[in-house]
Amino acid sequence: MASLSFKDFKSDQEVRWCPGCGDHAVLAALQRALPMVSQSLNYEKERYVVVSGIGCSSRLPYYMDTYGFHSIHGRATAISTGIKVANPWLTVWQACGDGDALAIGGNHFIHAIRRNVDINIILFNNQIYGLTKGQYSPTSKFGAITKTSPYGTVEHPFNPGSLVLGAKGTFFARSLDVTLKLTEEVMTAAALHDGCSVMEMLTNCVIFNDGAHKSISDPAFREDRTIVLRHGEKMVFGKNHDKGLVLNGMGLRVVTIGEGGFTLDDVLVHDAHCQNAGIHMMLADMKYPDFPVALGVIRDVKDVTYDDGVRDQVKEVTRTSNIHCVDDLLHSGSTWEIE
Amino acid sequence: MKHKVVDAKDVVIRFAGDSGDGMQLTGSLFANTSAIYGNELSTFPDYPAEIRAPKGTVSGVSGFQVHIGSENVTTPGDYCDLLVAMNPAALMANAKWCKRNAMILVDSDAFDEAGMAKSGFKTDNPFLELKVEDRNIIAAPITSLTEESLKDSGMDPKSVHKCKNMFTLGMACFIFDRPLDYVLQYLENKFGKKHPEMVAPNQKVLKDGFNYAANLQMVPDTYHIAPAKLKKGTYRNITGNQATAWGLMAAAEKAHLQLFCGSYPITPATAILEELAIYKSLGVKTMQAEDEIAGICTAIGASYAGSLAVTTTSGPGLSLKSEALGLAVMTELPLVVVDVQRAGPSTGIPTKTEQTDLNQALYGRNGECPIPVVAAHSPAHCFDAAFSAAKIALEHMTPVMLLSEGFLGNGSEPWLIPSMKDYPEIKPPFATKLPQDGKFKPFERDPETLVPRWALPGQKGFEHRVGGLEKNHDGVLSSAPEIHQMMVDERAAKVRKIADYIPELKVDGPQEGNLLVVGWGGTYGHILSAINEVRQEGKEVSYAHFDYIFPVPRNTGKVLGGFRKVLVCELNSGQFAGYLRTLFPEAEIIKCNKVQGQPFLVGELVDAINKALE
Repeated sequence: MASLSFKDFKSDQEVRWCPGCGDHAVLAALQRALPMVSQSLNYEKERYVVVSGIGCSSRLPYYMDTYGFHSIHGRATAISTGIKVANPWLTVWQACGDGDALAIGGNHFIHAIRRNVDINIILFNNQIYGLTKGQYSPTSKFGAITKTSPYGTVEHPFNPGSLVLGAKGTFFARSLDVTLKLTEEVMTAAALHDGCSVMEMLTNCVIFNDGAHKSISDPAFREDRTIVLRHGEKMVFGKNHDKGLVLNGMGLRVVTIGEGGFTLDDVLVHDAHCQNAGIHMMLADMKYPDFPVALGVIRDVKDVTYDDGVRDQVKEVTRTSNIHCVDDLLHSGSTWEIE
Repeated sequence: MKHKVVDAKDVVIRFAGDSGDGMQLTGSLFANTSAIYGNELSTFPDYPAEIRAPKGTVSGVSGFQVHIGSENVTTPGDYCDLLVAMNPAALMANAKWCKRNAMILVDSDAFDEAGMAKSGFKTDNPFLELKVEDRNIIAAPITSLTEESLKDSGMDPKSVHKCKNMFTLGMACFIFDRPLDYVLQYLENKFGKKHPEMVAPNQKVLKDGFNYAANLQMVPDTYHIAPAKLKKGTYRNITGNQATAWGLMAAAEKAHLQLFCGSYPITPATAILEELAIYKSLGVKTMQAEDEIAGICTAIGASYAGSLAVTTTSGPGLSLKSEALGLAVMTELPLVVVDVQRAGPSTGIPTKTEQTDLNQALYGRNGECPIPVVAAHSPAHCFDAAFSAAKIALEHMTPVMLLSEGFLGNGSEPWLIPSMKDYPEIKPPFATKLPQDGKFKPFERDPETLVPRWALPGQKGFEHRVGGLEKNHDGVLSSAPEIHQMMVDERAAKVRKIADYIPELKVDGPQEGNLLVVGWGGTYGHILSAINEVRQEGKEVSYAHFDYIFPVPRNTGKVLGGFRKVLVCELNSGQFAGYLRTLFPEAEIIKCNKVQGQPFLVGELVDAINKALE
């Protein structure tokens, strides 16, 4: 198979996101990640289907030169599930926003995760409704002032990570629009994961919610306010690599290595494959300024997938049943002859 | 005790009891026994929405009516020859369905003071109070006789009481000269493996009921209903929901495609999903989705991936699917949507039948959004209707609405088993060749049928994007006014063209005259019976029944034009009549409607036809 490149995944359509929108970077990362994935898994381009719902980020399938399905608001996850269950050979990627996946499509989102359907969900989280021009979303911060909350919201936001883990998700990762390499790394890991992979992308909406993630994404202090987790590596962060996470009673604590009696040995080693989601939940929940925001693959565990389960059951019942065509079916059970 | 044996052309039996009394089972066993005996038959389960409403109350009464005969049984019958009432509430709810000369069989043990009070009787003579005291009343102490029959079985009282229905069934089998073989075998098969200890007691109670009736002076006559002169062949009983599921599987086989069903449980459609879930050996994949919307959206996904995709529902569920239906229209993907209609609006009366979703099926979407509508007209016909709906969907690349009804879905009839070699192949318009420029154009149409090609993900070189946004033939997004007009027109013309591929409308009776009676869907049997009755009075009347509602058969205008008046009979306030008026404003259309959650009575239709003939 000829190897694929970035260009093979670029469609001839003009990209119509606003200049400076975080979505451009996520698209670029996907177009870079898929050739690598194709190389390592020996996937042909025609095997990819990119599905989306409605919203700015849901325009993404038009910009990918793959099979694509731009569906309706909130329902991408159900469409993806149908595609994957009908033909498990296909590899399904999904683009959806925070309003799309967590408000109108919240039900499908948690159930796809619960079932562990082998699809790859890129959740663009800009904490705002962009396409409808600036209303608060289920991830907008408490008190956010938007067009529909002129005095500030009075509702608590979802943290997508805790939602995924609460629904027994098998894969959760997080990245920033500005960390292109990390996004590629996260996408590659998601592709290799059998089961429902959710990648939260913290993206910037330049028009309606500019700077929503600036407090952690700005290069001036990004390394001090985020931690990139990698399986098997120490949970160390900071410009000077001198901060770490340690267990403190039932919770996590940030320490400075070499201070207060803490050494590198005390710092936790990330285990993304641990079935127990306790620490993964704490990592996904970490918020600045008390904690660094966790990036990278937080959880990646094996479990049976729904699409495999459906396919295996069909195989097994076919083996044991004596009904193999509709004529068999029509004559099964109680029948009688009229002479 | 010798009984006079009366030869009867047909009889109607209504089994009624508390929803825990097993009346649905009793009725269907009686029906199956009659089917194997060779009678024509039609059944009508009439049960409450509550699984176990307060015991002994009218709201908890469950009924099962079965009509058996030697010829022309097309409905479950209006009024019954035998009413079985297992308690006072069942009598209260059903006495009005007794013919003038009916027998009423009651469990006299249940007619105690408490039972009478719970069901709302004001006097101590329920028969007089309901003005049925002049019928043949058989008051048998069924509960105590069942207890007596099983006194040595060692069974607990609760289990003993569960056998009461077998005693009743035994009595009914004696009265209507039915052999017990089928029921005895059924009990063996049902309990044999898991509860072998239940086989003998149930069989004993059944036989004791039969013998009790034989020895009883209160049974004046027994009835013999000769086998019908049916076409030779192998028969089976089938319910409408079962036939729908099987018809879809048949279509998948003829199209050489995998069948995918994404659905959410809803009364009275659930049995289709349950049925499809069994037959994985035919390659069927079923998904019980998290909601109605996910049901249709998983189906749309499966369709895009190349399956024959189906979603099954009832009225309120169809409302939830509306937006996704528009997506299927816009993406021009094949999809079968089955609506087993029930009494609405909103939750309505979930277990009762109606034809009130026609307007929703035709129009219930945003934008210009035409979807073909096909309707089944009898339980067994659901097989052909489902096959046909799937064939249209796959060959014309469109979602298709298949309308069934609670009355059809739950009702059953004997069916001469067809052979799959008599069904046509289904040929979806798969995209096989790329155009010269190498770019697949997802909405380029066949000039004859206006149908676009179907390219499946996984096909090398055919990568393309579909979605809910308006596009041009090339699949490129466009909001240009002329492109939108063109695509709206083409999608509509594609669906109208289906009229060239469906059978013409048949007229039963003269092709011209004073009155054409028109029906659609599950009213077929009732209208046919009414037509026959009116003709027996020496009057001339013609009948046309629509299986294809949108588009209507090509000759519809010509057919309607042949009659001075057209009487449209339907179980709604006039939705099909209104639709026909819009299509054929020159036709003189009058209406016969009923919206009570119940089928027509043949008598009601006879009156309406006679009035129209005046």
